[in-house]
Amino acid sequence: MTDLITPTTTTSGITLGTHADHDHGHEEHGPSGLMKWLTTTDHKIIGLSYMITAIVLFYIAGVLAMGIRIQLTNPAGGFVSFEQYNELFTMHGSLMLYLFAGPFAFGGLANYVVPLQIGAPDMAFPRLNALSYWLYLSGSIMMLMGFLVTGGAANFGWVGYTPLSSATYAPGAGADLWLLSLALTGFSAIFTAVNLIGTIFYLRAPGLTMFRMPIFTWNMLVTGILILIAFPILTAAVVFLVADRHFGTHIYTATGCHAVSGAIDIHACGSPVLWQNLFWFFGHPEVYILALPFFGIVSEIIPTFSRKPLFGYKGMVFATISIAALSTGVWAHHMFTTGVVLLPFFSLLSLLIAVPTGIKVFNWIGTMWRGQIQYSTAMLFSVGFLLAFLMGGVTGVMLAAPPIDFFVHTTYFVVAHFHQVLFGTAVFAGFGGVYYWYPKMFGRKMREGLGKLHFWLMFIGFWVTFMPMYMVGLKGMPRRVASYPSYLGWRSWNEVATAGSVLIALSFLVMLINFWVSWRRPEPVGANPWDAGTLEWFTTSPPPHHNFTHLPPIRSERPTWDYNHPEALTLAHGHKGHGGTNGKVANGVAVAANGGAQ
Amino acid sequence: MESPHDYHQVDAAPDMDSASPSDTSPKGRRRLRRFAIGATALSALALSGCKLSRYGAAKPVTTQAHEAVKLWQLFFIAGVVIFVIVLLLIIWAAFRYRRRNEAMPRQFQYNNLIEIIYTALPIAIVGVLFAFTFVAENKVDALPKQTVTVNVTAFQWGWQFQYPGYNTRVIGIENQDPEMVLPTNENVRIYLRAADVIHGFYVPAFDFSRYALPGVTNQFDVNIQHAGIYRGQCTQLCGIYHSLMLFRVKAVSPSQFDTWVTTHHNNTTTIKSITQAKSQIKASLGGSQ
Repeated sequence: MTDLITPTTTTSGITLGTHADHDHGHEEHGPSGLMKWLTTTDHKIIGLSYMITAIVLFYIAGVLAMGIRIQLTNPAGGFVSFEQYNELFTMHGSLMLYLFAGPFAFGGLANYVVPLQIGAPDMAFPRLNALSYWLYLSGSIMMLMGFLVTGGAANFGWVGYTPLSSATYAPGAGADLWLLSLALTGFSAIFTAVNLIGTIFYLRAPGLTMFRMPIFTWNMLVTGILILIAFPILTAAVVFLVADRHFGTHIYTATGCHAVSGAIDIHACGSPVLWQNLFWFFGHPEVYILALPFFGIVSEIIPTFSRKPLFGYKGMVFATISIAALSTGVWAHHMFTTGVVLLPFFSLLSLLIAVPTGIKVFNWIGTMWRGQIQYSTAMLFSVGFLLAFLMGGVTGVMLAAPPIDFFVHTTYFVVAHFHQVLFGTAVFAGFGGVYYWYPKMFGRKMREGLGKLHFWLMFIGFWVTFMPMYMVGLKGMPRRVASYPSYLGWRSWNEVATAGSVLIALSFLVMLINFWVSWRRPEPVGANPWDAGTLEWFTTSPPPHHNFTHLPPIRSERPTWDYNHPEALTLAHGHKGHGGTNGKVANGVAVAANGGAQ
Repeated sequence: MESPHDYHQVDAAPDMDSASPSDTSPKGRRRLRRFAIGATALSALALSGCKLSRYGAAKPVTTQAHEAVKLWQLFFIAGVVIFVIVLLLIIWAAFRYRRRNEAMPRQFQYNNLIEIIYTALPIAIVGVLFAFTFVAENKVDALPKQTVTVNVTAFQWGWQFQYPGYNTRVIGIENQDPEMVLPTNENVRIYLRAADVIHGFYVPAFDFSRYALPGVTNQFDVNIQHAGIYRGQCTQLCGIYHSLMLFRVKAVSPSQFDTWVTTHHNNTTTIKSITQAKSQIKASLGGSQ
């Protein structure tokens, strides 16, 4: 393992301008301490701010989830009132989906890692990047403030279906804060997407062609494009709803046009289902906006700890693009039971998404195949992700068939399905990413022992929590109920689920302890503690102000690996059966890298 | 089988071209065979239809529910087969290839045959599943000529069942579950709408649910084959008392139904209309606050 890379060993690499020599080994100029965090435009500090904020919100949302679980151990409820219960699950979902999963991966991790992976000194628009973060922070605070206003926080579910979210049925200020929060964080996501796409297209280091980009960066690029497609629709839908609530428009109201009364004047009324169409046109790409970054994380971790390149790299890129393309045409599978959508079209496209997703799973297995897998905490989290995602994926295929969806829609079966997918991605893969990149960000390791304890508690808790939800969902328990009949045998399943959620909660206490211990008693690490292959592992840990003083030659998607393992290069082209450009690129690398190594 | 250690040597590289086809295609063939066995077992099970376990789905009491449950059985078995195969692959890779020494594994990255198989095979499976879905869906959603019609109106937080052509109406609010009486072995058309927000009409024994929307009238048919009392519930979040919005379906013989529908003109409760029901709920809410 090569921990130390000194600048003098690079002869064939790239040295970055003259100012890099001045900066080398020195602190950056400008304010320090709190002022640095408040005024920075450095993508690394902004990325960290994003991640820390998102993790704080994750813990808050987790506490809300525990409230939900406690309420459901008793069929009559009673832990909180029915009104408060509706606020609990609405805010749990909203915090997790809008404020944790997306911003953590796309605003945080991508912000930190993508410029490093492509050898860029910063994001393309550093000030816009800072604006994104501050919009995100103010949006998040705004949503949480809902708990403080009269009438409480938003209480109509994270999907905010009209007319339940209209001024008539949700008159409180909590609903308005929720809507404004979506608008602010939505703009934050759009700006970050513009920024990342610009960075990836224009700031890649010389030699880093599109097909030499690390798969994490590829996934973030595709996620950015999906955000540009999806988030403006949400923002528009939110603006319409605010207009309905406050300016007397009737975009989502059906007042005065009941079919019961005979002739329908379609010009005289809006449509409640319009919200669902707009929301899910955002919402389904959003599901992949939440998933693709985490696929990217796993696609970095598994090759590193298997000591092999990612299997089927190009197939993976095309699978990512196909998932994104298909995800814009499946929104109405959330609306099968509305009775107003074309079922076969959305059913077929939803089923088809299983194909590129399956390709990814086989790519990950193929990467592990005949590798030398080292079970670090990050790798354990990735295998945990694979298993969770497999289960969530298989039940997802079942839900794509309308006649099946008819009887499990809005039951706990669906709750189990999307928690397995989203917990699998955002939590297993997401925190795997934390364990993986933490040494790069802070120049120290998190404790592996505590990390593994965290994993096993969470892994067991995960299955114990969510598998009973499938059972109780099939027995007909609807989601979002504050109480349920006691004679249906749902109670014991709910108690098991709650016991599992306690294990998950404990596992995250372990992670807090791990953060504390690793911070107080640091174990310093070098530039590349995992012997990873991508560029971020070439620079120091933590990286200097503008990231690199020099770069290695970039002739594959693993420049750091090629640099550290000249002996493995001849092996790198054991693949065959590739004519055309593929073979040429591979041979080019072999020849060039061998030349460089000799 | 060759020892994987063969690949650790740098000078093994020239052998790779010859070694690889012989070691990948048996794997591909093995996988194909496994899928073939799975597919055969699956189609055999699917043909035997309702004799299978329902795998957790509610016991179907309507003709439509039978179709839905048959499709569920197909998807469940296909899902289990695929889940087990991929699970075994993951577990095998995870245990078999854990790090045992510091040797460098072979740095292979592509294998055309395997990549084609794991792309084409899922497409074929999706095609088959979609075909079954399409057929089942047309049966579940079919609207043949009905003999009995019920107008169902959902409101915060209760249900109204009104029988057009008869002066019969049943209204119930939360904690006073209304009962929808229906005849067995007849095609019943249900017109579903909502008076305020979106609700969900769900009877587990029908293996079916449908949204009740304001401004839109949804329609579907049920043909109940077994007399009995079946529970129903609102599934779409509709406000504070969403979880208490229960109802019952009572399926009786056609002659009993005729007697009931012609003689029962009133609710057992004192509620006469949705407006009255809602003002009663409003009053009780005001009292509790």
